[in-house]
Amino acid sequence: MTSPVASLLRTTILIAVLVAAWQLLFAFAGPDALTSPRATALYALQLLTTASFYPHLIETAQAFGVALGIAISCGILIGFALGLYRFAAEVGEPVLVALYSIPKITLYPVVLLAFGIGMPAKIAFGALHGIMPIAIFALGAVRNLNPVYLKAARVMRLPPVRIATRVLLPAAIPEIFTGIRIGFSLTLIGTLLGEMFASQRGLGFLLIQAIGLHNIRLIMALTLLLVVIAVTASAALLAVDRRLRRSAS
Amino acid sequence: MTPGQARLAIALALLLVWEALCRLGAIDRFALIPPSEILWDLGGILFSARMWPAIGKTLGNVAIACAGAVLVGVILGTLIHGWRALRETLDPLFAAYYAIPVYAFYPLFIVIFGLGDVPQILIGFMLGLVAVVVNTINGLDRVPRVLLKTARIHRLGRLATALQVSLPYAVPTIFTGIKLAVAYSFIGVIGAELIMSRTGLGYEIGFAYNNFDNAVMYPLIVLVLAIATSVNALFFLWEKRMLARRRR
Repeated sequence: MTSPVASLLRTTILIAVLVAAWQLLFAFAGPDALTSPRATALYALQLLTTASFYPHLIETAQAFGVALGIAISCGILIGFALGLYRFAAEVGEPVLVALYSIPKITLYPVVLLAFGIGMPAKIAFGALHGIMPIAIFALGAVRNLNPVYLKAARVMRLPPVRIATRVLLPAAIPEIFTGIRIGFSLTLIGTLLGEMFASQRGLGFLLIQAIGLHNIRLIMALTLLLVVIAVTASAALLAVDRRLRRSAS
Repeated sequence: MTPGQARLAIALALLLVWEALCRLGAIDRFALIPPSEILWDLGGILFSARMWPAIGKTLGNVAIACAGAVLVGVILGTLIHGWRALRETLDPLFAAYYAIPVYAFYPLFIVIFGLGDVPQILIGFMLGLVAVVVNTINGLDRVPRVLLKTARIHRLGRLATALQVSLPYAVPTIFTGIKLAVAYSFIGVIGAELIMSRTGLGYEIGFAYNNFDNAVMYPLIVLVLAIATSVNALFFLWEKRMLARRRR
């Protein structure tokens, strides 16, 4: 059922169907609304070979990297801190879930007023989106942990920091990684949104500028690039996720 | 102290600190205004009825997007669950779906459908849809075979089996998807309004921000967060009651 050849074949079919649907939509909506798959791919390739495109790409990659780092470290920290104490977990978990599901996009003016326009605002906006799922999964991981591990660590009088790094982290890694996988996509969306509203550089800025100028060619090519990057990264993370879970069980 | 009381105490303490920091001038008035003022301004805005059209439009669009995502999601999920090859083909798409920045499609929708309500509803719908589909499939996976066999003994057709046996059994799992769809439709519609629109709460927040009008911006932000949180809390209570009834 999951032989690599079969899954490769299925992915190929899926992509072919999607491209065909795109081509049909193009035929239906016409060149005023969107560009054809072929033209979009060519223009995306052309963008990738343009020197002036790279500063934007690097800017976004940097902002995203820092935001993801903050989201992962703070998320794990919050999850562990709450997960280790039963009462704190009971108090904190509904708050985390509520914070996870509020439309954080409405907070962008607040982030802008606090950080000003530029790199810090983008990073804050990206991290804001990614932190909650990672914290929720880390909290769940600690709570579902076999209590014997913690008891053993306490019997050996390990200090809390070493309990976290030597016992909790290795035991909870598979579940935390699922959180990171979800946090990864949310942080990417957050960073791009931050760039759309609060930046003069980056892919998000290029996108909102293209929207303003009604530059359909650029919009389509950027969307294609973002989708390809996001889907590839997410597929790789999913593969790691599944391997971690298999080796854990 | 129960967890609920502890949450309330922490929230009140944070509000007091925020109020104090603003009143003492530690936070610039251009950046943040004290919570008491936000509440007061919010009361004024709601009373003056000036924002009612925007509020109504946004909530209506969120409701349409969410209802559409749930309805189409459950139907699609049931169909995909019954067709193995299709499901395995779509699996990678579902796994990667939420990595796709859906807002990137917004300009495309504006070009195709015009700058009305449709592009915003569509963004909210697209964000919510896959959460419902995936959770419907997961829920249907957990239906015990005994139930399906019983349905077959009673000669129920495929449609009747889905409507009377497997979907009702899967409701708790589907509910997880519905809650996500509610949150995502809010995010989608308001986000789209912020990016580009002519009316709605997201537009009004962006407009107030561009005019440094904190007396309008903060109350509206609080209003959106309050509405979203209350809707979530309502669904949470509903789910809890449903699960309690099921356990009996």
